[in-house]
Amino acid sequence: MIRRNVLLMLMSLELMLNGINIALLTFSRVGSNLDGGIFVFFIMTVAAAEVAVGLALLVALYKKRNSVLSDDMGLLKN
Amino acid sequence: MNAVDLLFWLFAVLSVGGGLAMIFSRHPVSAAMFMIVSLVGVAALFVLLESFFLAILQVLVYAGAVMVLFLFIIMLLDVGPEAGKKKLSHLKTGIFGLFASVVLVGVLLMLGNSYDTLVLDHIAWPPLSESDVSPSPILPFSTQVSAFGYGLMTKYMLPIQIAGFMLLAAMVGVIILSKKNPTREDAS
Repeated sequence: MIRRNVLLMLMSLELMLNGINIALLTFSRVGSNLDGGIFVFFIMTVAAAEVAVGLALLVALYKKRNSVLSDDMGLLKN
Repeated sequence: MNAVDLLFWLFAVLSVGGGLAMIFSRHPVSAAMFMIVSLVGVAALFVLLESFFLAILQVLVYAGAVMVLFLFIIMLLDVGPEAGKKKLSHLKTGIFGLFASVVLVGVLLMLGNSYDTLVLDHIAWPPLSESDVSPSPILPFSTQVSAFGYGLMTKYMLPIQIAGFMLLAAMVGVIILSKKNPTREDAS
């Protein structure tokens, strides 16, 4: 089962960053150190900015290629 | 098994199940809905870790802003369910699968070797610090938002400025990307 929709790829990216957040926060709590929590804060910032830029890129690509599937974006292939 | 354990399992299953349902759903809108379930589950796990500020931030930023952005783009592009399946070649699938399973088995073996130290019951969970603001360079874990603010404004002064600059750059980049790109004749 393969997903070729770039939107779903971006969503999965968010999910992966969430997993990292949970791990960081757990170690921060267990180690009684706020650094992990603050890092989670920064990861959230980066993820939000990344989603905004990624979706803008996707819209720009959709205007050009009329598709959101990664198969249709192989501009440099061949 | 006390109530906190029960809640942990409930929200863990909710977040993992929401993530799996998101990956397996074909329609982008249903995927986005399942992602909200997963994100709210993660926020609840943050609450169970006594990090209330980050839980609120998670709900506001992810379940609020990011998901609205995703749904807006889905609506704008009018994306339908993914049609048809095109398989990778068996050789490629086999190589990637082998690689992923080797990594997984390695990680599981490493975890298994250090299992004694990983059982959460054995860890002496430190009590939450009474004072919300500590002058020491080591920031102790705290539920207070003021501890976050203190940490961000002292130890993490440069990173927060870089993060702010990055947000500005992202904003400008998005505006430029979503502008109507001028044709060659206009540019010259």
